[in-house]
Amino acid sequence: MLCENCKEREGIFTVTSVVGGEKREIFLCEKCAAERGVQPEPTPAPQIGKLLQSLHQPPTLAAGVARDQARCDFCSATLGDFRATGRLGCPRCYAAFETSLRDLLRRVHGSARHAGRAYDPPRRDELERATQVGELRAQLKRAIEAEQFELAADIRDRLRVLE
Amino acid sequence: MALDLSLLPDGGVSWLDASGEHSDVVLSTRIRLARNVDGFAFTGRARDGERLRVLAQVRDAVREVPSLKRGVLVRVDELPSSDRLLLHERHLVSKELAGLDAQHPVRSGAALFLGDDVGVMINEEDHLRLQSLRSGFALRNAWAAVQQLDRELGSRVAFAFHPEFGFLTACPTNVGTGMRASVLIHLPGLVLTKEMSKVLASLQQMGLTYRGLYGEGSEVVGNFFQISNQTTLGKSEDELLGQLQDVVKKVIASEEEARRLLLRDAGYIIEDKVWRAYGTLRYARSLTFDEAMNYLSGVRLAVSLKLITGLSVYTLNKLLIFSQLAHLAHAEGRALTESEASQARARYVRETLAKEAESPE
Repeated sequence: MLCENCKEREGIFTVTSVVGGEKREIFLCEKCAAERGVQPEPTPAPQIGKLLQSLHQPPTLAAGVARDQARCDFCSATLGDFRATGRLGCPRCYAAFETSLRDLLRRVHGSARHAGRAYDPPRRDELERATQVGELRAQLKRAIEAEQFELAADIRDRLRVLE
Repeated sequence: MALDLSLLPDGGVSWLDASGEHSDVVLSTRIRLARNVDGFAFTGRARDGERLRVLAQVRDAVREVPSLKRGVLVRVDELPSSDRLLLHERHLVSKELAGLDAQHPVRSGAALFLGDDVGVMINEEDHLRLQSLRSGFALRNAWAAVQQLDRELGSRVAFAFHPEFGFLTACPTNVGTGMRASVLIHLPGLVLTKEMSKVLASLQQMGLTYRGLYGEGSEVVGNFFQISNQTTLGKSEDELLGQLQDVVKKVIASEEEARRLLLRDAGYIIEDKVWRAYGTLRYARSLTFDEAMNYLSGVRLAVSLKLITGLSVYTLNKLLIFSQLAHLAHAEGRALTESEASQARARYVRETLAKEAESPE
């Protein structure tokens, strides 16, 4: 859900304010929340054990609300599993438990945003080509070992096309 | 299946050759990158079949990877525990991959690809741990090698990557760059002058941390400290490496200063200490590992200060590795009890020192 203030960024916090005796709730992104003075508490000296303990407890943030899934829909891990083992179940857990993790990462690393090398995974067809090349190489080796030179020449031609 | 060490490139111990910069103080530099294959549960949650599929996928990709073309594949999961310990003692696999902990036996699909100066652990805590291990203080070289491997492998295997969180890892303490760069450094001067606690405190302020000789969870023995970056997210690889480079340089300078002060103010005490250490190693009939490490630390200091000449750092490095339990057992061709190992260790150290230096002065 988008931030109700800027309508640009993903919202994270529900901020409750009391105006003229009337309670109002507004859903905000991190930046807009910060502008209203709502911030995750900074914690010095991160200790993963303690941080994990705190994951399932009510947020210290006055108006914070977790919007994480109960379970990762890829590997079925829960935040409880993470708290017990200190390990996530699969890469998709990062999306499933994004809100809790963002907070944890900020405390562990002092930041929740990757600033290192960017990466584009290879496309599916490239992967398939690579697998094919690998298989053909293995076939070629076997053909040469078995002195099937005609077959080997044929495989070599196919490899040349792929490469 | 037993492990034939002669099949490993350089026996996997070229990092001992003491060819790198500051190699009398810095034993080795290691950089590892944690990577996971997209579409699979992390190793700890994966089933046997999934781990084997990860291994198969990586093995196919590795055939095409220039950095590992001349490398070998070691199926760690098929080795007896003595061989797994041997690989661990050579710093080629982690304790976790070797399955040395009774509570965490070796996992199916646990494997090691070992090339000339890079390696990949498969099905460790993360699917892939790419690493480069170098002699001496060599962050730039180690980085160049592991970065190249990362690009070569990453274009053939789809790594799990998130635009905001970076490379995704089983433990959130490794996410982002997935990079842990560490320098194994010998600091007897700072320990003897009782300056070490100050240095360690300042490391932590700089976002760095330290461990013992065998990495995570290991104790400090023989005055060897492994200094590494603590955080992996929010800074680029270059920033993290630059910071470690600067701090280690400062630590080396402090160590040299401490040694200078020790020699100036307590020269004869130091000289006596290191020669006693040498004498013990040269003539003892039984040595525990910790004893050997501590005496070797003294002799290493003496060689670095040129108090003992005619003994190479390479020999000292070899002693460090080959006087460990699995290496002694391997040399003897049988399992050893603790007291047998202590005797075998003393004999090995004695013979090596006798060979290297007929009569150092």
